[in-house]
Amino acid sequence: MGILDFLKRKPEPTATVAKERLRIIVAQERSTRGAPDYLPLLRNELLEVIKKYVHVDIEAININVERDSGHEVLELSVALPDGKPATSSAG
Amino acid sequence: MTEIIVVTSGKGGVGKTTTSASLATGLAMAGKKVAVIDFDVGLRNLDLIMGCERRVVYDFVNVIHGEATLKQSLIKDKRHENLYVLAASQTRDKDALTQEGVEKVLDELGKEGFDYVVCDSPAGIEKGAHLAMYFADHAVVVVNPEVSSVRDSDRILGLLSSKTRRAERGDGAIAQHLLLTRYNPARVAIGEMLSVKDVEEILGINVVGVIPESENVLAASNAGVPVILDEQSNAGHAYRDTVARILGEERPLRFVDVAKKGFFQRVFGG
Ligand SMILES: Nc1ncnc2c1ncn2[C@@H]1O[C@H](COP(=O)(O)OP(=O)(O)OP(=O)(O)O)[C@@H](O)[C@H]1O
Ligand SMILES: [Mg+2]
Repeated sequence: MGILDFLKRKPEPTATVAKERLRIIVAQERSTRGAPDYLPLLRNELLEVIKKYVHVDIEAININVERDSGHEVLELSVALPDGKPATSSAG
Repeated sequence: MTEIIVVTSGKGGVGKTTTSASLATGLAMAGKKVAVIDFDVGLRNLDLIMGCERRVVYDFVNVIHGEATLKQSLIKDKRHENLYVLAASQTRDKDALTQEGVEKVLDELGKEGFDYVVCDSPAGIEKGAHLAMYFADHAVVVVNPEVSSVRDSDRILGLLSSKTRRAERGDGAIAQHLLLTRYNPARVAIGEMLSVKDVEEILGINVVGVIPESENVLAASNAGVPVILDEQSNAGHAYRDTVARILGEERPLRFVDVAKKGFFQRVFGG
């Protein structure tokens, strides 16, 4: 058993997993802080649409509400992956 | 000028009351005139940690409602004559604290010449937590190296920079101090716990101190003596360092690494 254990690949330390999960969720929550409650839903639906054309992860979509002299501006940015667009077989 | 410091966290049970008691005591040890207020209405706890539970006659809500004067309600600490405790009320009325009432008490403490008022916030982001942070000049955000605590503290950092009087008035930002508590260097070393650096990177703010997980904290609360007074404990020393840093001194972090192992332990494990 000792030798088997030795040969097994070490799993990723749980602290590393925790850090990565936090990095993502904190960034997401910051980007929508103080913004309307529908933003997370909107973000998800946008992701579905965008995915038809290009493979992106929800992390790539950033939504911001800017308040600017009396009116609010919804700012949306999508980081496109390097290289290949999705084959347009989505549907 | 009276400086108001809120000790807050979002998540419950991370060490706010422990920290409030030690911070207030540490500031008093540095010669400051200090009041520490328990904002956890309904769940009075700070009095126990400060060891003055049997001397509570009037509380914070009594002062706000005009049922007692501030002077009658401030409990003088047994160990430091320039340290006072204002206990939380045990009422179940959630609206017992009002913004005007809190402001009135803080103003009066200012007139009485207090250098610092430490506000021990309840958990959550509801009214009590909001009122505890609203008038603050400094915030000590207590966080544990654990996912839900880190996430909640980011929420709190956001609220501190938007939902406080300073933010609303554009008076300049609250000084934010991140305090990492219940830290276990041995578990960090083997990848089981987020490190100081991890937490700093995720939240984008440096720690003002790291308090190790320590058995002495329970012993201190059993005895009703803030752990900062325990000269034998690393947690106590870490709190002393933290208070010094909040007062502007530079001190290196201690108790964040595992004590170095000897040769045989390194070779044979253990
Ligand atoms: N550094 C530490 N090492 C070991 N135990 C600790 C440490 N700090 C706090 N604790 C323990 O954690 C528990 C919660 O601490 P405390 O009451 O200070 O938290 P809190 O944030 O005020 O809780 P609440 O949200 O309920 O007000 C207590 O039992 C306390 O003894
Ligand atoms: Mg508490």
